[in-house]
Amino acid sequence: MKLTCIMCPVGCQLEVTKQGKEYVVTGNNCIRGERYGKEEVTAPKRILTTLIQTHKGVLPVKTTSPIPKEKIMEANRLISKMNIAEGKSGDIVVSNILGTGADVVITGDYVVYDL
Amino acid sequence: MKNYDVIVIGGGPAGMAAALKSSENGCKTVIVERNPFLGGILKQCIHNGFGLHYFGEEFTGPEYAKKFVEMIEKTKNLTIMTNTFVTNIDGTNVDITSQNGVDRLCGKALVLAMGCRERTAGNILLNGTRPAGIYTAGEAQRMVNILGKMPGKEIVILGSGDIGLIMARRLTLQGAKVKAVMEINPTTSGLRRNIVQCLDDYNIPLMLQTSIFEVLGDGRVEGIKYGKVDDRYNRIPSTTKTLKCDTIILSVGLVPETDLVDLPLNRVTKSVMVNDYLETANDGVFACGNFLHVHDLVDNVSLEGAAAGINASEYAKGKLSKGKVYSLTPDGVISYVIPNTVHSGEGEIEIRFRIRARIEKSNYVIEDESGNQIMKKYVMAAMPGEMQTIKLKRDLIKSNLTLKVVKL
Repeated sequence: MKLTCIMCPVGCQLEVTKQGKEYVVTGNNCIRGERYGKEEVTAPKRILTTLIQTHKGVLPVKTTSPIPKEKIMEANRLISKMNIAEGKSGDIVVSNILGTGADVVITGDYVVYDL
Repeated sequence: MKNYDVIVIGGGPAGMAAALKSSENGCKTVIVERNPFLGGILKQCIHNGFGLHYFGEEFTGPEYAKKFVEMIEKTKNLTIMTNTFVTNIDGTNVDITSQNGVDRLCGKALVLAMGCRERTAGNILLNGTRPAGIYTAGEAQRMVNILGKMPGKEIVILGSGDIGLIMARRLTLQGAKVKAVMEINPTTSGLRRNIVQCLDDYNIPLMLQTSIFEVLGDGRVEGIKYGKVDDRYNRIPSTTKTLKCDTIILSVGLVPETDLVDLPLNRVTKSVMVNDYLETANDGVFACGNFLHVHDLVDNVSLEGAAAGINASEYAKGKLSKGKVYSLTPDGVISYVIPNTVHSGEGEIEIRFRIRARIEKSNYVIEDESGNQIMKKYVMAAMPGEMQTIKLKRDLIKSNLTLKVVKL
């Protein structure tokens, strides 16, 4: 299978082939590419970044590690239904989201435009 | 009037890196920023993928900005002026306007890190009516990620720049229906990884060699007429189709913010030209970041900003010594190269450039005047969306140079 590595912006063109029970990755320039290639054909994962609603405005959040691709939309729905009082960078808003082992953490603070 | 060694205009990633390096190098430095905060456009880029090259760790935009802001807050010799506009540049001095009135900052060196602006519907001569619902991608990104407002429900994105691709995913996750991303060129202008994780992951169609022929709607966008274009961007009328949508988002390129400078501009980058110390034609005035040329990665912006900051502070100390100057010219498929001139001497130069079309299994080659190869670097594959970097030792520079691609 031909893949574009998304581990970093270089975007290596990977080729993943099955040799016996093992998957072999070629075209990668680093170990991250090999890991991505194997994972992408067996159990693809992504970091989810989205927004959480608070009483004082929206704040950016991310999952602390990549979660299974098929759980992205469900995790996103869960976060978008939340409305917390307020938050700050580093606060964990969901622990172990959908049993993935990843927490959802706030990544930024309120951007205030007042002079 | 206030005196500084180094003045930096712009508090985004380029300006922050420049100011940090300049103050670390012992120079009294000031950052002038028109927003009420440092960080620039990073604050609205809530997606991940920043910092792998610069920090060896992956961050979101706000996290990457915070790393720099925290370093800046710990640094001595560094003044931050937010909510402050530069209204005029005079040599290495600047006139500013803020709540405190007007003032003049006198510097021994100046760093231009003003970033760029998005091209608009007017810039690309978008045809049709002028209803509400047409936004640039960065404008839509600020609306969604900072103000928490949605620009619309059924969206068409014109242009496949990275911000457009990122917004396709962002708007989908916020509940909008992104009907298509249309690109007038045969290849996308964004990074390959963004095609995979922003479009493919969410089944958003990418239509190449396709453009909007006409905007439809009275008061609000109601749809578009679109179709295929040929290799010379001529519309093929027989391919015309209609698509219903309420919002059009434009991701059609960025133009450096050069309004303040009175210097000759490069035809391709539409910005100032610099030597290998990132110094413009005006002595002591340096340029970096997206102001100098549009980068693909913030990591590269920070690296270039840091280099400009070091050079500006050395200049301010009277320590920047330069050898003999020669030209560096791009050839063939290479669309532009930074720097435009190079000096002989010691040390290594980072040469950054872009290509016009996809290349495979080639060498980047630098030739001297008599056609001798003075250095080469192998490239497996490269796309127009990706900025290219090679290094050149100054002791190899003995005549005017040309940078070209040689297919193997």
